[in-house]
This record gives sequence, C-alpha cells and structure tokens, in this order.
Amino acid sequence: MPDREVRIGVYTCHCGTNIAATVDVRAVAEFAAALPHVVLSREYKYMCSEPGQDLIRQDIRDHNLNRIVVASCSPHLHEHTFRTALKVGGLNPYYFHMVNIREQVSWVHTDRAQATKKAKYLVRAAVRRVGLHEPLERGRVAIHPDVLVVGGGIAGIHAALTLANAGKHVFLVEKEPTIGGHMARFDKTFPTLDCAACILTPKMSAVRAHPNITLWTYAEVTKVDGYVGNYKATVLRHPRYVDEDLCSGCLQCLEACVYKQAKVPDDFNLGLSKRRPIYIPFPQAVPQVPVVDPETCIQFKSGKCKTTCIEACGERHAINLQAESKVEQIEVGTVILATGFQTFDAARTPYYGYGRYPNVYTALEVERLVNASGPTGGEVVMRDGRKPQTVGIVHCVGSRDENTHRWCSRVCCMYSLKLAHLIKEHTGAEIFNFYIDIRTPGKGFEEFYQKLLNEHVHFIRGRVAEVTDWVFDASEEGKLVIRVEDTLAGFVRRIPVDMVVLATGLEPRADAAEVRRLFNISCGGEGFFLERHPKLAPVNTFTDGIFLAGCCQGPKDIPDTVAQAGAAAAEAMALIDAGYVETEPNTAHVDEAVCCGCKTCNSMCPYHAISLVEEIRKSRVNEALCKGCGTCVAACPSGAIRQNLFEDEEIFEEIEGILSNA
Amino acid sequence: MKPKVAFYWCASCGGCEEAVLDLAEAVLDVAAAVDIVFWPVALDFKEADVAGMDDGAIAISFVNGAVRTSHQLEMARLLRRKSKLVVAFGACAQLGGIPGLANLTTASGVLDEVYRDMAVPLREIREDGATLTLPELFDAVFALDRAIPVDYYVPGCPPSPKVVADAFQALLRDPPPEPGTVLAPNQAMCDECPRRDRRPEDVKLARFYGVEERAIDPADCILAQGFPCLGPATRAGCGARCIKGNMPCTGCFGPTSAVRDYGAKALCSIASIVSGNEVEEIDGTLDGIADPVGTFYRYSLPASFLGGQAGNLPHGRQ
Amino acid sequence: MPEEFEPKIVAFFCNWCTYLAADLAGTSRIRYAPNAEVVRVMCSGRIDVQFILKAFAKGADGVLIGGCHPGDCHYQEGNYKALRRYRLVQRLLRQMGIEEERLRLEWISAAEGDRVRVVINEMVETLKRLGPLRKAEGERAADLVEVA
Repeated sequence: MPDREVRIGVYTCHCGTNIAATVDVRAVAEFAAALPHVVLSREYKYMCSEPGQDLIRQDIRDHNLNRIVVASCSPHLHEHTFRTALKVGGLNPYYFHMVNIREQVSWVHTDRAQATKKAKYLVRAAVRRVGLHEPLERGRVAIHPDVLVVGGGIAGIHAALTLANAGKHVFLVEKEPTIGGHMARFDKTFPTLDCAACILTPKMSAVRAHPNITLWTYAEVTKVDGYVGNYKATVLRHPRYVDEDLCSGCLQCLEACVYKQAKVPDDFNLGLSKRRPIYIPFPQAVPQVPVVDPETCIQFKSGKCKTTCIEACGERHAINLQAESKVEQIEVGTVILATGFQTFDAARTPYYGYGRYPNVYTALEVERLVNASGPTGGEVVMRDGRKPQTVGIVHCVGSRDENTHRWCSRVCCMYSLKLAHLIKEHTGAEIFNFYIDIRTPGKGFEEFYQKLLNEHVHFIRGRVAEVTDWVFDASEEGKLVIRVEDTLAGFVRRIPVDMVVLATGLEPRADAAEVRRLFNISCGGEGFFLERHPKLAPVNTFTDGIFLAGCCQGPKDIPDTVAQAGAAAAEAMALIDAGYVETEPNTAHVDEAVCCGCKTCNSMCPYHAISLVEEIRKSRVNEALCKGCGTCVAACPSGAIRQNLFEDEEIFEEIEGILSNA
Repeated sequence: MKPKVAFYWCASCGGCEEAVLDLAEAVLDVAAAVDIVFWPVALDFKEADVAGMDDGAIAISFVNGAVRTSHQLEMARLLRRKSKLVVAFGACAQLGGIPGLANLTTASGVLDEVYRDMAVPLREIREDGATLTLPELFDAVFALDRAIPVDYYVPGCPPSPKVVADAFQALLRDPPPEPGTVLAPNQAMCDECPRRDRRPEDVKLARFYGVEERAIDPADCILAQGFPCLGPATRAGCGARCIKGNMPCTGCFGPTSAVRDYGAKALCSIASIVSGNEVEEIDGTLDGIADPVGTFYRYSLPASFLGGQAGNLPHGRQ
Repeated sequence: MPEEFEPKIVAFFCNWCTYLAADLAGTSRIRYAPNAEVVRVMCSGRIDVQFILKAFAKGADGVLIGGCHPGDCHYQEGNYKALRRYRLVQRLLRQMGIEEERLRLEWISAAEGDRVRVVINEMVETLKRLGPLRKAEGERAADLVEVA
C-alpha cells in the first residue's frame, strides 16, 4: 500500500476521430475527474504525440501527480511511449496504466452510448488499479553475440553475410544439402534479366569462405530453449556420408557410381530429370560436397555394392557410408528465421490439368527448362519431345482465389512476364498471358511490361476457367484448349496452345506450424510467420530476439527479401551491440514470511526459475529466469508468490472497477 | 481488577468450548487471570446479566459458531456493545464453518431436507401464561464479521490448545496485535507437517482418492498419494494434528492473509497439479473430487465470494 | 417497460494471443457486442480462480477466459493450467447452481480477430437467454450472492 497520498492524472485521447467519433471523450474525461484520487483529468487529440507526452511530463511536475492513466490505443502500441514520458517527467514508469479504448472499444462498437459507458468502466478499473502500483526497475540481461540464421536461401545468406561482415559469428543452418534456396532454381531474375546463378553464387561462395560463418547444411534445428540474449539451440546434422572436410569437390564419385543411368527423380529439377544415389544438388552447390541418398543407394539397401564411388575417391577417403548424424548444441543471443516458402501445389486446381496433361507445367518447372544447366539444356522442349509453337501462361494459380488462397503472391505477374519473354526468346512461340490484373509496382517493373507488349506477347484479361484437351474442331486437334472469359472483349474464348504454364503462387511451407512452435512465435491467419507490426515492425516477432526475413513472413520478390534480410540483421546487431536487453519487471517473487516450502510452485515454472532454498525451507524465484507469466502465482496454494504489476489486489481492483455500478 | 471475559456459542457444535477446556491445566491459569462473566456451557450467568452491564465493560468476548438465527444475531450484537474486543473464535465464527454449507440452499430448503413433509415449526407457544418463541432461521449462514465488527480471529475447528493459549497471551500483551489479525502463524500447514520432506518436487496427479477408497501410507506426503490434502492452502497452528492421525487436512484453519477466498485458491492450486493436457483426461482425474464445494469450502462457504448473503444483515453496532 | 437485459461479461485475455486477436479485430474494424470488458493478464495461467468467482460475485453475468491454443502458449504450458482449473471451477459452479455456460474458456490465437467477435456475440446471446446471475432485490437467482 502506498504511504503517501495517491494523486492520479487521467488522460483520455481522441486519437483524431478514431476514438472521438464513437466514444464521447469529454464525458469519459469528466467521469474520470470525479473518481477517487483523481486530481486531474484531461482530454487531448493525440496523446502519443510530442505535445501530448509533454502534457504528462508537465502535469507531473505542476500538479505533483504520482500515478498516470492514459485511455487511448492498445498498450501494445504505446505503453512504452507513455512509460518513457513518465520517466522523463520524473516518475517511476510503472506508476502507469493504459486503457485500450480504441482497438477494443471505438473501432469495434457502433453504439455511442454503449461504447462511452464501456470506456468509462475501463477507465475506472484502471484508476482503481493504478493506485496500487509500486515503483519497479527493469532488469538487464546480457546478449550472447552469436546469431543463428535458419534457412540458407537468399534471405538467410544475405543476413548471415551482413552480420558476419560486422564481425558477428553466425550459425547458418540449412535443411537441404546445399544453400541457395529457390533462387538457385531460377534462370533469370526480373526485371533486369540478370542470371540468377551469376548473382547468387558469389554470395554462396562468400558464405562458405567467411571465417565468421559456421555453415551447417543438411541440418535442422530440433529444439530451442531460452529467451532473448540467451538461446540454446539443438541442431541435428544429417549424415551426407561424404566428409565435408576431406572431400575436394572433384565429383568423380558421381561418375563412378554403379548406376550407369541415373534413375532417381532429381528434386532440384523438380523431377524433370534423374540423378544417381550419390549426387550433388546442382553444379554450383555450396558446400561442393556430394550426398549419398540412403533410400536409393544399393550399398545401403543390400550391402552388396561394389562401392566404385569409394574407389574413385581414392586416397582422400572422403566417402564414409557408416557416418552417423551429429547433434550440435549452440548458444546464441538472437535468431533470424529465413525459412522461405513453398509453391502452390497445382494439383489443387485440377481444372488446369496439371498432372493430367503432360504439357501443363508449373512456372518453376519452366524455370528449369529455360535454364542452361536444366534438364533440357536450356531448350524449351516439352514432355512429349516437341517444341511449343503456342504457349499459354495462366496467372493467379492458387492466388487471389477464395477456393485456394485469398492473397496475391506478389511475384507471379513479374515472373510470368519474364517467362513469356524467355520462352519467346528460346522458341519464337506465340505467347498468351491470361491475367486478372498486371501488377508491376517495383522499380523497372512497369517498363518491363511495356517491353513485353512491344514483343507482341498477347495479354488476355480473364481468369482461366479450365484447360482441356476436349476439342471442338480440327484446328484444336492435338492441342490444349484454354477456356477463358475475355473480360475486355466481352465474350468467352477458346485459345488452343501447345504448352500451358501455370503461374503458381507462394504459400507458407508445410512445416511452418512446426517451426514456429519450435521458436515460440506465432503465425498469421494465412500461415506465414507473424510480424510484430505490419507497418512499423515487419521483421520483429512478438518473441524478443527472434526476427524474420524473406518469404517466410509473406510473399515478396528478391529485392524486398534482401532488404528485409538486411533489416533483420540490423535488428540483431542492434541488440548485440547494445550488449544487453532490458527485461520487463513483471516477474514473480516469493513472500518468504508466508511461504511454507510446499514446493507446489517449483514444478509449475517452464523456465525452472523457482527452486527450494534448503537452508530456509522456502522457495525462491530467480528473477533473471522468470518470464512473468504468473502461472506460479495462481498455483500457489497459500498466496505466498506475488507478481509485480499483476498483483492479486490490482486485478481485484480492476474487476471491481469494471463491475461496480456507475 | 481482573479483566472481564465472556465466551458465547452461536451455531456451533460445542467443539470450541471443549477447545478452551483442552487447555487442561492451563485453563486454571486462565481462570485465575480473568473474571469469566458469561459462559453458557459452564456457568449460570444469564443474558439479562450481560444486558445489565455497562457498555464496554467486558474486556474480551470470545464468540464461536456462525450466525444462523435471529437470536444469535441479537446475542452477537449485545456482546459487541458490551465488549471492548470481540474475537471470532474458531472456523465457524471466522469463516462460517461447516454449518455454512447450508448456503447451498435456503432456510426452507434445509427444513424440507430434514423434516420432509412437515410444516415449518411453530414459532410461538404459549404455556402457563408464558410465551416461548423460536428465533427466525435466516436463509443463510453468516460468519461473525458479517453480523458485527470483529477485532481478532482465532482459527480452527476447533482451535488447537496451542493456538488458544497463544491467542490469550497475545491479547493480554501490550501492545495488542494489529486489529483484524488472525491469531495463528501466517504460513500454510506444510510448515509444521512432519511429512513435508516426503513431498516430491513434482507432484502431478492422474487420480484423486477419497479416504474411504484406499489406505493412506503413514509416512509419505498425503497429497502426493492422491488424496486432496489441503495443507498447502491452510494456515498453520494446529500442529498438523490430522496428518499425525493419518488423515488429509480438510482446511479448518482457513487461508493465510494473502488469500481472499479460501476455497477458490485451494481449488485453483489442486487443479494446477492435475496431470494431463486433454479435456477427457483432465475430466477423468477430476471425477475423483465428487463434491467440490464440500472439499474446498467445507468450513468457509459463508466467507467466500459467492457463498454468503448480502443485504439482510447490516454491519454495524446496535 | 423494463429495459432489455444487457449482460455484463468480464473477459480475462492473455497478452500474447487473445488480447492481440482483440486488437486485430479492432484494426480490421470487426464489430461485436459491447458487453465484454477486458482484464489483461500476461498468460491465461495467471488467472486465479479467485478472479473468476470475484467477478461473478461483483455482478458479472458471464466470465470469459481467452488464451493461446494448446501447444502455443507463449510461456509453454500456462494455458494447460488454465484448462485444468477451468474444468474444476465448472463443477464447482454447477454444484452451486450457476449455469455452466456463464463461464467460458476459449483458445483464440493472435490471428483470429474474427473469432473474438464470434465468441463474444455468442456469449451475449447465451447470457441473454439465461438472464442475469443476480435477480432484483429480494430474489435470489442462484441462492448465492457476494460477500466480500
């Protein structure tokens, strides 16, 4: 209980018209003025602005206030802002309580009288509560300087290099046997038509060579414990059966494999070509070390192979078929998640014929076709061996669609234009793009579209209804017919083509739900990792110390991915260079006068923050480990544990404030 | 002049009177130190004697039992007027006690249950020119401090000899304790439990047992064996007498000062150590607590947030 | 003509999931009934049964608890504790003659803004049907009234 008299200042914000349009702010301020211990009650247009905060600072001094209540937006937005204002005004920042009358009142209710009444009750609850607040000090936790980057696509690569160049040690963990991600599969990048491999591989090599980066490919994070500044991660490294340190990258083992013909569908080329059981994902793979696939290698399956690969390796003895997986434990201060995306499975839109008609392709498959190191050596040759003379590119497959995904995948218009250009360049075919809108917002994007128009690519505005081989007449014989309503012309058309390319959208990876549990972050409604704020904190998550980069947070192109990766690296660096992070003081503590040593609390804490002190036979909370959930506080049978900022008495006052009749 | 002391019983079982007698030889010291002016169970003073005293003439009145009838209310108010200090003695006076479980129904509900198919008892009888009346049975049972302001509480059902003796000492000391104090240690009973060290750090229960279902191991922590022992939630002072009798604590000493609603907190804590994360599993475990009100509010329903009755009894001096 | 009964709900929302979902409902301008007032706690595991009973005692017709989905608790397991307590409190309330539907536990993740609307609107409808917990002076709704 406070010794000196409680003097509360209440500030009710208009937030322009955001609050004032629905809540009678004046009435709330007047109501607050009449509450016990309220010395001062103001209304103001924008409390979070500089003059708004200044009001608080001034009033603390002029009116000797020792408690402040602000009724405005969500504490998630401005609790920190106002606490700082208190601090500058000379008051302990925790003598503050915030009332949410915007997100949870004015923006969700329509009846002015009811909204105003609700706002009043919430303010009364806060006024009753804040009188019991005690001064609190934030703790400090040191930040381990190492960083874990999960995912070795362009996002993870860029973040890792940025941090490594700044002198931080980075663990880069990638699930596949090579880094490079989706970008390694692209042929050219829009709008400049840079060769993707040419701009990516130097960065991949830089990662390999950088003394500050520990690269673990073919590895996954399996467990994460800890909290910002002090994460402990367990990484499972799968065996490649080829020792990375001993292998020289000569690749002779690949040639020497007993399989003269490659038989295993090649994942990198999306099944369009085959590989052997011992393989390298693509020629510029980093690390340049082959992998043995135990599912298809004869030696693993029967033990009866001549192991010509081992023979070919000779004195280097790099191949070790007895290798085992390795578990690494690392300690880092921050984590950047750059786990990327997966493409929409075109089988979910069966009316486009993917999987039924051999000449229907996904865009990523076509990237491999046009790529010189792809399955067809850069020739656009269809599954039936022919070169197409007419090609239809269907936009928005699995995007902007109530039946599959509602969102726009952001990159498909541009890559569809790119593929139109590349296919035309390779084959001279007549190309049709079927679109809903042409979205070309980036730098040079609109100009690229104009270029395509000048190349006489046809653009038909309409969402394709179906791709069928059911023909009307001889002119359609042997072709795939695209049925679409041409909305600009105003009638339904049938366009026969040789090849159909589906511009499949981007979606969250299938394992995203699992990964985010591992790191204790949330996903948004669509399944992408949830950022802390869509405008102002796009790389932060709600878990301090965990940052996001790239498409795992939402569909985006390479420039935005790289920018975001840089931003995530900067956020991590900001923490590391500050050296410490301040912790919220809403921790629990044991009142040793009341504690009887029953140990109920000891097993309640997931952070093992509470233990029995034998000498005094009472439990004690390690405040550095306590995260402030309050579970032990509710579980304590005798009320001996209390939580700063969430005391039983404070919550009882809130309840009374809400319910006592006005 | 020896201080005047009174003992009175409202809705009570007589156990608290016995608790005073349990002081054994020490009761003689008490009798020597004070002047007992009213004690219906032991001495022949009448209500009229009390009514005839000056206000505040009695130094301390120890009132046990809950307030259930109009007569008990009247007596409580009378003693409050005539006493400097009133001490709520025992669980019934402090929290409403076992009689408080009647708050799950009304006065007529109680009478129906006990005297089914009989009319409400006669309130008045005339005999030989005299009139005898039955007091009104209230619809709810009240702890003493809902009827009159109370200065101190002596917990327990009944209070243990040590607590009673210590309470006397404390009240006669100068300066006296802070008003409103519960005169017993402010930790939970585990503090004095002989089996405390036998409680494992991680108790997670998949089943609860009633004491009639299986034998209780005389050495191990009773809660850890799956019996809902409320020791961790209950104030100490009894010397863990039930545990020493190989029975689980049922909570008669009420909560520590850090808890407002005893039953709610005890329930909250017991639920926290249920194992299982799925609803079916949890429900299966909770089936072992067949009577939650009886288990958690055995002594304290009238004093709980939901279990009393407001409005009928203005709190104040008459 | 008596005013239509507007139930009063006290909602205990956990900071990381349900409170954010309610904020999301706000930024998305999703409209719902104004009968619920939110008490913010860091985790549904903080919710002491005393809070629930106090709310009923002081005039709440319904109590809503919002926490993270099982497996998603920001603090690992707090929501499981909340679930266990909730199941036991429901039995207590039933025994005391208070309708079970007055206490509701919902798992609402930070992305489920619309679910906040659905749950609160549903609860208001249910409570309107059940009526106030405490009837007018002189009548006792469930044989119980608050004390402290």
